[in-house]
Amino acid sequence: MSVQTAAGPGTRASRAPGPEPRRPRRRLSLRQRIWRERWTYTFILPGALFFLVFAYVPMLGNVVAFQDYTPFRGIDGSPWVGFANFTAIFQDPEVLTALRNTLIIAFLQLVFAFPAPIALALLLHSLLSERVKRLVQTIVYLPHFLSWVIVISVWQQVLGGGGLVAGLMQDWGMGGFDAMTNADTFKFLVVAQNVWKDCGWGTIIFFAAIAGIPSERYEAAAIDGASGWQRTCHVTLPALIPVTTLLLILNIGSILTVGFEQLLLQQPMVGADAAQVLDTFVYFRGVLGGQWGIATAAGLLKGVIGTILVLSANKLAKRMGGEGIF
Amino acid sequence: MATTTMTRSRQAEGGRPPWMNPPSPLVRGIKALVIALIVITMLYPLVYVIAMSFAAPEQARSGVVFPTRYSLDAYRAIFNGGTVTQGLQNSLFITVVGTVLSLAATSTLAWGLARTRQVPGAKAVLIMVLATMFFGAGIIPNFMLIKYLGLLDSTWSLIVPGLISAFNMIVIRNFFQNLPEELIEAARIDGAGEWRIFLRIVLPLSKPVLAVMGLFYAVGYWNTYFNALLYINDSEKWPIQVVLQQYVLAGVAIPGAVVSPDQPAPPGVTLQMAVIVLATVPILLVYPFLQRYFTSGVLTGAIKG
Repeated sequence: MSVQTAAGPGTRASRAPGPEPRRPRRRLSLRQRIWRERWTYTFILPGALFFLVFAYVPMLGNVVAFQDYTPFRGIDGSPWVGFANFTAIFQDPEVLTALRNTLIIAFLQLVFAFPAPIALALLLHSLLSERVKRLVQTIVYLPHFLSWVIVISVWQQVLGGGGLVAGLMQDWGMGGFDAMTNADTFKFLVVAQNVWKDCGWGTIIFFAAIAGIPSERYEAAAIDGASGWQRTCHVTLPALIPVTTLLLILNIGSILTVGFEQLLLQQPMVGADAAQVLDTFVYFRGVLGGQWGIATAAGLLKGVIGTILVLSANKLAKRMGGEGIF
Repeated sequence: MATTTMTRSRQAEGGRPPWMNPPSPLVRGIKALVIALIVITMLYPLVYVIAMSFAAPEQARSGVVFPTRYSLDAYRAIFNGGTVTQGLQNSLFITVVGTVLSLAATSTLAWGLARTRQVPGAKAVLIMVLATMFFGAGIIPNFMLIKYLGLLDSTWSLIVPGLISAFNMIVIRNFFQNLPEELIEAARIDGAGEWRIFLRIVLPLSKPVLAVMGLFYAVGYWNTYFNALLYINDSEKWPIQVVLQQYVLAGVAIPGAVVSPDQPAPPGVTLQMAVIVLATVPILLVYPFLQRYFTSGVLTGAIKG
């Protein structure tokens, strides 16, 4: 469970329980080895079949991106159109809006929501009372387990037009208040909701990294006259760099995926101009709008770019001397 | 490792290591204030919603920071209406059946892939599974598959496509790989078959990780929203999250939500709050059990994979 574990699954395969070649026999042929493990395959096959059908077969469905597809005609009957859907995407103003919104939200998340768990973890770590620490942890983890429907419903009851804050402001003689339908501030609202829901949960991984710092380092720093703040900056923070890089890589890979359900649910309240992102575009244009080819093309393009981003971020992290994810 | 345990036990006693200066009152005050603010921000909205769902009608209509007079009318009206009850039942079915099937499927695959060295082809399957963590097929191809399989408008469309999460499989596999080798080896020498070893030795030893993964799956199934929106048209089969979205966010009136014919219906706000509470309660109920594992480190390993 050390930080290195994250370097990749399978690193511990050598410690796997199982028959070391039972007696140092002569090498078994492949067929003999397969026969010896025949029962193991009854464990593997159903799961492998599941991933084949539900993860790999749908990928073939992406050929629709090169068709003028309608469900009625099916994949066999729909005409092939080459890259026409892709050229159509780039001329579609709605796609550009979605792309801009996606990138703005991703950027705001990176600036505000990404560092929040680090700050919270440091703050909680600096508490001396173990009981208070655990109590606060229990509370801040909770929202992570609530669905977006619940989170947004709760926020609406507090910050919405008929909500708690609006009621209070009316009582004090101030004008109406509705943070939930304001298109101008919507992107900040999205980030705030994200921080509320997942900031606490995000601290777990940083706590683990902090727990792995040997206390001698703090002692040595203290003896050298480092203040509490200096110890945080020069002992704790450097120890968090590997985890932070790792999370940053994952984050960059998902830069085109910003809170799908969260935005889908709130789009009716603020309008498509403020809340359309790439994923919601695919849903509205394809499933509801019936332009399957164009929507699939947008989804496919997004997926390919996302994969390229993760791979290159990973490579970059490795080149800079850090650890990658794979 | 020894040093970390030492630090931990030292802190557990609540003492400050001798080299640490006592913090100044100002710093302590600011810290306490910030922590208090965070706790209030996290907790108050939830407490407010729960309290308001029990508020007496006149207080709910005028709006208060915290209600002082209570009534159960909202819940009575909702249960009279039937649609919310139906949604809760659907979600309960999806959650219970889905979690059991998911755990069974995930743990068998994890055991099959635990010994990639010895089993020809297992490595390839493992890579195939891992790759799904980095790219998905996308909304529309998935929709087309479900349609092709004839699962549209079936409750199974909310269970089957998410049966195994690659991430959870890896966590369980890691746990399996750290089980005491001698025990399993001894069973093998005694002539126990793979399935017997799995059911009689591996699973009983893996209760902690199965509990955590089961809770993860359960929370996931209970929170299912988008797949239901995509695959289920029939409102009779909607899970609670879709019902919640309809009646709270979209503002549709809950059909038949009255306490009795001769009494005015409870105010819409309390009804909405009560639906939110009903959708949240199961999570709040399992949360304390989940909480036990936060500190035990199982979860830390789970997060990191």
